[in-house]
Amino acid sequence: MAKDKVVSLSQAMEKIRDGQTILIPGFVNTGVPEMLIKGIIKKGCKDFELISNNTSVKGQGIGLLVHEGRIKHVTCSHIGSNTETVEKVLAGELDVTFVPQGTLVERVRAGGAGIGGVLTPTGLGTPIAEGKDVISVNGKDYLLELPLRGDVALIHAWKADRMGNVVYHRTARNFNQVFATAADWVIVEAEEIVEVGELDPDLIMTPGALVDAVVKCEEVAAI
Amino acid sequence: MTGRELIAMRTAKFFEDGNLVNLGIGMPTMCLDFLPEGVDVWVQSENGVIGLDRKPYEDEYADPDVVDASGQVSLLRTGGCCFDSFASFGYIRGGHVDITVLGAYEVDGDGNLANWMVPGKAVAGMGGAMDLVVGAKKVIIMTEHCDKKGNPKILKNCTLPLTAAGAVDYIVSELCVLRRTDAGLVLEELAPGVSVEDVIAKTGAELIIPAEVGCMV
Repeated sequence: MAKDKVVSLSQAMEKIRDGQTILIPGFVNTGVPEMLIKGIIKKGCKDFELISNNTSVKGQGIGLLVHEGRIKHVTCSHIGSNTETVEKVLAGELDVTFVPQGTLVERVRAGGAGIGGVLTPTGLGTPIAEGKDVISVNGKDYLLELPLRGDVALIHAWKADRMGNVVYHRTARNFNQVFATAADWVIVEAEEIVEVGELDPDLIMTPGALVDAVVKCEEVAAI
Repeated sequence: MTGRELIAMRTAKFFEDGNLVNLGIGMPTMCLDFLPEGVDVWVQSENGVIGLDRKPYEDEYADPDVVDASGQVSLLRTGGCCFDSFASFGYIRGGHVDITVLGAYEVDGDGNLANWMVPGKAVAGMGGAMDLVVGAKKVIIMTEHCDKKGNPKILKNCTLPLTAAGAVDYIVSELCVLRRTDAGLVLEELAPGVSVEDVIAKTGAELIIPAEVGCMV
């Protein structure tokens, strides 16, 4: 029998602690696990080291964590879509490290795939290269970029079955698929939960073996 | 025709039928309004899609999970497809995108580009720009020739933090088209009514002026 990983939102928050490194996918505000974010805010945890592509928009998605001041430092490629994040960074209230978007996803992939880093031409000759090793392969230079991993990943699925097999929808897939590989504890929120066997095995994008908990998406009060 | 429309119209002339193109937020997306006759391109967006189409009309159904690089809901063409960010940047860095079109804060005679940060002022972040300019086969910068204060944006050397070194192939402004070569920027075309001297006066970089300079339209 496949293990049933479907739990309530509060059960899914059991392993969330202050100060954890947390992976949250999404592009602007698409594919962001907003219900799980609200679960964290309700639980009251803070001082997160956030790894994300951006911080959604003001007052939504990851923007809720920014607004509530729960993030200590963010590693991301872009904050321009969230005016509140920009204000906090300029005011020195939030620390940000920018990573080129393609490098960010490769670093997290490396973290999830057990490899020691990636070699990319992106960022050569720019401030991104400062302090990093340049490695020449067949006469072409690359930056050595190191793996990233998290304690927890929050994932937004279109459909999940009870054992955590996941299918994403359209561009809401974005960083979800890679981020689900690179954390010690992987929580999935799903728009629809189906029985084991209902998803076509060839179309499953994240195997249930990588997933620890599944929660059904529902409307949750912001805070 | 406004200066921005002229820039978009000329930039679109670089597109060839069947090209896979990535268009930056803002002015670059205007190129789609000026596609030359018989030219159809496929729009790749770094959030994981090939085949983005126009924005939906107000009363038209659109899947909220299909968005462009600015997060706006868009339609997906028949034959379009979606994929994850890891694959998307593989396609970008792997040289599968024919043309990327972006804006600039500054660009210089060595093909260096600065378009992601003004220290202490603009801190949006680079998003996918650094990967795009390194990976796409052709990098076209579309930009107003001078900034709002009238200062040249095309310089001998960029002063702002770089997005990439030596990556730019063409610069299209409302005054001219410049092609970047190892010897420097070549003045290829002028806008109607603009003289070589006008361009030189408003450009911070040295220009190579060929015997014959073409027209942008």
